[in-house]
Amino acid sequence: MDVIIDNLPRYLSGFGMTLQLLVVAGIAALILGTIIATMRISPVPSLRVFGAVYTELIRNTPLTLVLFFCALILPYLGARLDYEVFAMIGLSVYTSPFVAEALRSGINGVPIGQAEAARSLGLGFGQTVGYVVFPQAFRMVIPPLINVIIALTKNTSVAGGFFVVELFTIGKELANANGNAVVAVLLGVATFYLLITIPLGIFAGRLEKKWVVAR
Amino acid sequence: MSGSVLFDAPGPKARRLSLTLSIIVGVLILAGLYWLYSVLAAPRPSSGGITLPGMFHPSRWDVFTNPEVWTFIGAGVLRTLQAAGAAAVVAIVLGVVFALLRTAKTAWIRVPTTVVLEFVRGMPVLLMMLFILLAFASGAYWAVVIALGLYNGAIIGEALRAGLAALPRGQREAGLSLGMRELQTRMLIEFPQAFRQMLPIIVAQLVVLLKDTSLGFIVGYPELLRSTMNNLASFYGNRYLFSFFAVTLVIYLIMNLTLSFIARWLSKRTDSARRGGKAGKDIPVDPALAIAQASAAARQAGQGSI
Repeated sequence: MDVIIDNLPRYLSGFGMTLQLLVVAGIAALILGTIIATMRISPVPSLRVFGAVYTELIRNTPLTLVLFFCALILPYLGARLDYEVFAMIGLSVYTSPFVAEALRSGINGVPIGQAEAARSLGLGFGQTVGYVVFPQAFRMVIPPLINVIIALTKNTSVAGGFFVVELFTIGKELANANGNAVVAVLLGVATFYLLITIPLGIFAGRLEKKWVVAR
Repeated sequence: MSGSVLFDAPGPKARRLSLTLSIIVGVLILAGLYWLYSVLAAPRPSSGGITLPGMFHPSRWDVFTNPEVWTFIGAGVLRTLQAAGAAAVVAIVLGVVFALLRTAKTAWIRVPTTVVLEFVRGMPVLLMMLFILLAFASGAYWAVVIALGLYNGAIIGEALRAGLAALPRGQREAGLSLGMRELQTRMLIEFPQAFRQMLPIIVAQLVVLLKDTSLGFIVGYPELLRSTMNNLASFYGNRYLFSFFAVTLVIYLIMNLTLSFIARWLSKRTDSARRGGKAGKDIPVDPALAIAQASAAARQAGQGSI
């Protein structure tokens, strides 16, 4: 226990980095994922194909490999950025197809009659999706999206293997420095992750339960 | 895919527009790929005044003519599959156990299990691996297997529980009224059905598990990624780094896409089985089950995928 209290500033600095990765990558992934989801339902066939191929490829690549690409191959292409930024890019690219899939399954869950009614009123694609389908899909989309964000929180730990000093790296260093208190050190790290994931999980579960009954 | 419902069948004008857009997008993508190719292929001047050959220059790929490199990569693939296979068995067994404990009638069993499951699911797998590695001094292989087994077991258990909850109550009541005991009803009547309905999700989770074995790279288990990007790349030198990366990526994609394909095929098969073939196509899928499957699927982003 003393180990944790003595090293609290280091824990907090790692936690800050984790939060920073989470927020930046989360927002970027939401934007990128929305674009991909729009592509996948759009009337233009080539966009649909591109969206589908992108989703398949990224989803089937391990995160470790994506981060490897960002940290070691991107500098070859002329990118001169910090490792934190590379990690953010990698995490947002990796998370975006999951966001897109969550959005798409929400849109698919809206009864077909809604879209048909909208179209029969003469609304175009943008109007049908924007005014009729998406507002209804929204409530179904939020719990899965929260789950994607929870997964992202946990995935930020992988960035610790690629030269980013965040919570996991701090945990590793402290565990190496305090060989006699490894369990306490790592439980301390776990607590910080749980601080983010558990409230989000409970929130998602609540919403899910509430909206299941509502239908 | 509800794509066709969201917009009208395109007329001549819209078709022309869509074709133009398609061509523009196609050209943009090709241009991007060409740019990537040309940057990678261009020779680059190095600090010592030497010009290094481009990424696609034969001198960067000649290691792959050496059969020993392939044996080494093959051994890496085998270790990846071995860890994934062992972890999958652990995960499925634990999944069944967790689902049983979580649906137990006694709160003394149910509540602690829920807490443990929340704990396991809320923690990064990587941290769990490090914990097992350091706290139990188990060696990297067991750290990878146990951590992945525990984590994915928690997720599979949750999926099975959702499947159990979505079953019609009559199934359980029928079992009990035949004189079976609680556990018998669970194991003989309810589980087989829940398992079958959640099979696509379980297989999808196994894809995630296979992907996550690459975390062994960080804790030092010599699986595919570590044997190529670390061992081989440091043995043959950094100039092969890109080549090894490309080969590793292709191998991972082949493995994962095959498994994903199986998962999709399974889900299609169970779907059509549930709807009773073509005739019953209009019968709606049970909404409770659909929600259970959707929320279980959403938990899979990466490390749980995620």
